[in-house]
Amino acid sequence: MNFDFSEDQKMLKEQVSKFLSDNCSLDVARDILESDKTYSEEVWRGLVDLGLTGTAIPEEYGGLGLGALELCVVAEELGRAAAPVPFSSSVYLGTEAIVKYGTDSQKEKWLPKLAVGELISTFALPETNSEPTEKNIKTTFSNGKINGRKIPVADGSCSDIAIVVVKNTDNDHIALTIVDLTSEYVKRNQISTLDPSRDHAEIIFENSDAELMDTGDEGWGAIENILNSAAVLMAFEQIGGAEASLNMAKDYALDRYAFGRQIGSYQAIKHKLADMYVKIELARSNSYYGAMMLNDGGADLKIAAAASRVAATDAYNFAAQESIQTHGGIGFTWEADTQFFYRRSQVLGLALGSSITWKNKLVNQLEEKNIS
Amino acid sequence: MDFNDTKEEADFREEVKTWLKENASKGEKVGGRYDAIDVQEDALSRARDWQAKKAEAGYAAITWPEEFGGLGGTAIQSVIYSQEEAKYNVPTGFFEIGLGMCIPTMMAWATKEQNERFVKPALYGEEVWCQLFSEPSAGSDVAGVRTKAEKDGDDWIINGQKVWTSGAHFSDFGIIVVRTDPNVAKHKGLSFFFLDMKSEGIEVKPIRQLSGGANFNEVFFTDVRVPDSQRLGDVGQGWKVALTTLMNERLAIGVPKSADYSSLTRAAKEVDLNDQPAIKNDLVRSKIADWYIQAEGLKYTKMRTLTALSKGETPGPESSIGKIVSAPKMQDLASFAMDLQGAAGIINDSEIALLHSIFQSQWLSAAGYRIAGGTDEILRNIVAERVLGLPQDVRVDKAVPFNELPSGR
Ligand SMILES: Cc1cc2nc3c(=O)[nH]c(=O)nc-3n(C[C@H](O)[C@H](O)[C@H](O)COP(=O)(O)OP(=O)(O)OC[C@H]3O[C@@H](n4cnc5c(N)ncnc54)[C@H](O)[C@@H]3O)c2cc1C
Repeated sequence: MNFDFSEDQKMLKEQVSKFLSDNCSLDVARDILESDKTYSEEVWRGLVDLGLTGTAIPEEYGGLGLGALELCVVAEELGRAAAPVPFSSSVYLGTEAIVKYGTDSQKEKWLPKLAVGELISTFALPETNSEPTEKNIKTTFSNGKINGRKIPVADGSCSDIAIVVVKNTDNDHIALTIVDLTSEYVKRNQISTLDPSRDHAEIIFENSDAELMDTGDEGWGAIENILNSAAVLMAFEQIGGAEASLNMAKDYALDRYAFGRQIGSYQAIKHKLADMYVKIELARSNSYYGAMMLNDGGADLKIAAAASRVAATDAYNFAAQESIQTHGGIGFTWEADTQFFYRRSQVLGLALGSSITWKNKLVNQLEEKNIS
Repeated sequence: MDFNDTKEEADFREEVKTWLKENASKGEKVGGRYDAIDVQEDALSRARDWQAKKAEAGYAAITWPEEFGGLGGTAIQSVIYSQEEAKYNVPTGFFEIGLGMCIPTMMAWATKEQNERFVKPALYGEEVWCQLFSEPSAGSDVAGVRTKAEKDGDDWIINGQKVWTSGAHFSDFGIIVVRTDPNVAKHKGLSFFFLDMKSEGIEVKPIRQLSGGANFNEVFFTDVRVPDSQRLGDVGQGWKVALTTLMNERLAIGVPKSADYSSLTRAAKEVDLNDQPAIKNDLVRSKIADWYIQAEGLKYTKMRTLTALSKGETPGPESSIGKIVSAPKMQDLASFAMDLQGAAGIINDSEIALLHSIFQSQWLSAAGYRIAGGTDEILRNIVAERVLGLPQDVRVDKAVPFNELPSGR
């Protein structure tokens, strides 16, 4: 039985945690929230210098060639710091998509640059107010060009390239393409979202040059595959954020007095915090299994990814919202740091699709496995 | 990460598998700890036989030291044994309290001679033990017991009443917390004894449970004489001894294997909602997913704990979430499964009801699991205080002599 991260992985976690606590206090997130900047270049540079953008890129393409477990520990720390950087877009999604579905020449062309942080990538999937499905993707690919509109695209204004999900009109299949976002045939508008400490954009493609990736005959399955990997990694980021929310609430509950006692001595508060803890541990345990499946390419990845995501979204949403409640009026102010987690919990919880969607995927798997 | 056994663990598993194959009966399962409708003598005697076999082979108490008849093994070996034993239909439900709580308390506090006398018969299932802690006015607040013991020569005379004592009606011995000094603060006036349940003056009256069974009891004490030599710990030190039991209780308690997301999925395939299988309904799917993440979350939390044990480390506090999650899940899931069936959900005739009325029975017994061995509320307090480090509740009873404390019903 060895259901834990290795000593090396724990050391990496320490290292990232130290870097972030030295360089990425919540004031950094506040700076992005309150300014026009799309992300913290200093923090991003630091992560790149630690080699983290290349964590799971094979060594032949300039990465560290480590596995998914290393990315999980990094993700947790980024979540804890509510780091305002395009790491999830560029690393869990864009880079992973190229590692999985890039042609050899695409890997040679893009991965080394992504590994050293010379480029930032993202993943462009949703187009409307409805959850994306195989049927409602309207962005088209034909003859090396794409046309359509993607919204919202996380880190869409600060990314250099995007993996764009399209319908290939030649065969009517869902496909993946790599698009240079700096081209004059791509229009980008930064959009207002719940979490301005992370950049989001509307992107309009008008005959933009696009490189078709190699998804074989997977079609929509390739999209699911990318989302499943990202779901596990993002679950760790959510757990980090949830734990930070719990810790803030706990510290406040010990410091704040009402009716002559610490508010943390009232059961309404104690039990609320205990519930946060329970949800976080449930999410963590599910996500450990998700991490194990992701790392081993295990057959259970689909259900484990869905379970990680559903549990982590539930834990983070609950912890972030109840942390504000624990703080009382001060928690609702612009000055307070509780807002970063409240905002980020929703953004991460919806980024890869809603809980409704993921719960459905989970039960699809149960039905497929015919568990009963 | 992997779930693989180490070489030693794999060897042990093989050994256990072989032994179980040769020895475990495939007979019918005996009722669980709280739900047995009436404990039949033959069920008890079958359980005794199985227990004796297990003890003989060393598997009845794998982690106990050899001097007490254990195997001197590791916690992980104990888990391996349980995993393998769970594949058989062996009797359970008679010795858990004795071996999980009472005897470990004896081993920590009784004399060498006493342990020589009592440990082995308990281990072999010859003598059954019960835990006489709760009283009508002291459950969560178990340090508030009123049953009193007064010194009389070399003996103590016990008078009072215990309640909810599981298995008292078939127990041979019991451990008991009593008040020996009502003039000092609550926790300071307690003492701890073990006693013979057949002693003169003890009357055991089964209490019928909501779920229909009668596995717990009222136990009345009228001038029951207990020798001072059966006191565990000093006079006034009873709370300290009781904590040994309660710590072990927290390790021992959990809820039995119950209908879970898989049974619910099965039910949702069998019943229709709006003329199509209920499994197609998004609300139903959402609920199944919620309970799936709880069940799997607990399963993998256990794996994390086992990993720590396997490496010889102390497990983290995450194991404390078990019953907080599983007991309400038992109740909520059963309730939802009944809701799926509409009016028919009320039928608990196992011949007629969906899946042999597992949800109906589970719903009835779940109400008890949320209370037994620490209520939902007390367990949340424990997480908040011991894991998160939040302050204890304000206590009005700490510095006041016990006999000046207010009492209600
Ligand atoms: C099936 C079953 C088997 C049992 N077996 C045994 C046994 O073998 N031996 C034994 O000694 N006992 C046994 N018990 C008793 C059990 O330990 C108690 O019932 C339990 O601890 C609760 O105590 P109580 O019933 O007095 O309820 P109370 O303590 O009066 O609780 C009533 C309500 O008040 C709440 N409450 C109490 N204190 C607090 C607090 N500080 N903060 C917040 N809420 C609080 C409780 O959570 C509960 O909701 C058994 C109980 C059951 C149901």
